[in-house]
Amino acid sequence: MSAKIGVITFPGTLDDVDAQRAARRAGAEAVPLWHADADLRGVDAVIVPGGFSYGDYLRCGAIAKFAPVMGEVVRAAGQGMPVLGICNGFQILCEAGLLPGALTRNSALHFVCRDQWLKVENNTSAWTSRYDAGAELLVPLKSGEGAYMADAAVLDELEGEGRVLFRYAGDDPNGSLRGIAGITDARGRVAGLMPHPEHAIDPLTGPTDDGLGMFLSVLDVLVAA
Amino acid sequence: MARVVVDVMPKQEILDPQGQAVATALPRLGFAGISEVRQGKRFELEVADDVDDATLAQIAETLLANPVIEDFAVRRVEA
Repeated sequence: MSAKIGVITFPGTLDDVDAQRAARRAGAEAVPLWHADADLRGVDAVIVPGGFSYGDYLRCGAIAKFAPVMGEVVRAAGQGMPVLGICNGFQILCEAGLLPGALTRNSALHFVCRDQWLKVENNTSAWTSRYDAGAELLVPLKSGEGAYMADAAVLDELEGEGRVLFRYAGDDPNGSLRGIAGITDARGRVAGLMPHPEHAIDPLTGPTDDGLGMFLSVLDVLVAA
Repeated sequence: MARVVVDVMPKQEILDPQGQAVATALPRLGFAGISEVRQGKRFELEVADDVDDATLAQIAETLLANPVIEDFAVRRVEA
């Protein structure tokens, strides 16, 4: 039996189908999860994909954190289930308190849509073990509120504990503090990043297949468990 | 019923690019002497009389504002 990776769809989610495809490409069974259901359908890991949940009308991710399914995700994450938030999913995980900090308007105020180089800072988390430390990945970035913000104490804690997963290589595209593109929780199980690894799993449809390593990494964890 | 206003502002130490964009536009438009602009949000709530201040603070803190990056102030105003 292959591992099951759940992918949540909220009203306004855009990237759920790509996230499901990435999970399948890595060898997992992709299980669609609905925002209104307080049920994870027996999945072994969860992806909170990108888009504009509930229209982002109040603040990115602010309404999604109250979705019934998110209560289950928070509970499962507390028991060690791997959870990955991509873009709007990263914003949701921060709003839900699973990851520290917050994402704010890009410093230049423009929506950024481009292929972005990332440097792997931590290759020991559940979602990054397939990468070499210091490796550089090219994956799409598309967000208007991608500036990672946290107070200095939180930033120092993240750096000190090796919880910065990815940093932007070259120019910081959105004003993220210390160039942070992705982080993980204290156990290395819950991860979030603004760029989109699920759009870079096949050179036919993305700039590279550099993103596939994240999904292969978590499968290593799930199969070993 | 009472009217309650919740003001939400980016924390002072958080970069406020929207406010900065407004601040840099002002001299271009001929308005001198404005050194800083901060942009926030204002919510107006019609609230039943039996909703207490603690509940209002909880609403502001959990939904209307993100305390990681924003400060908020709750006040009751004359209807």
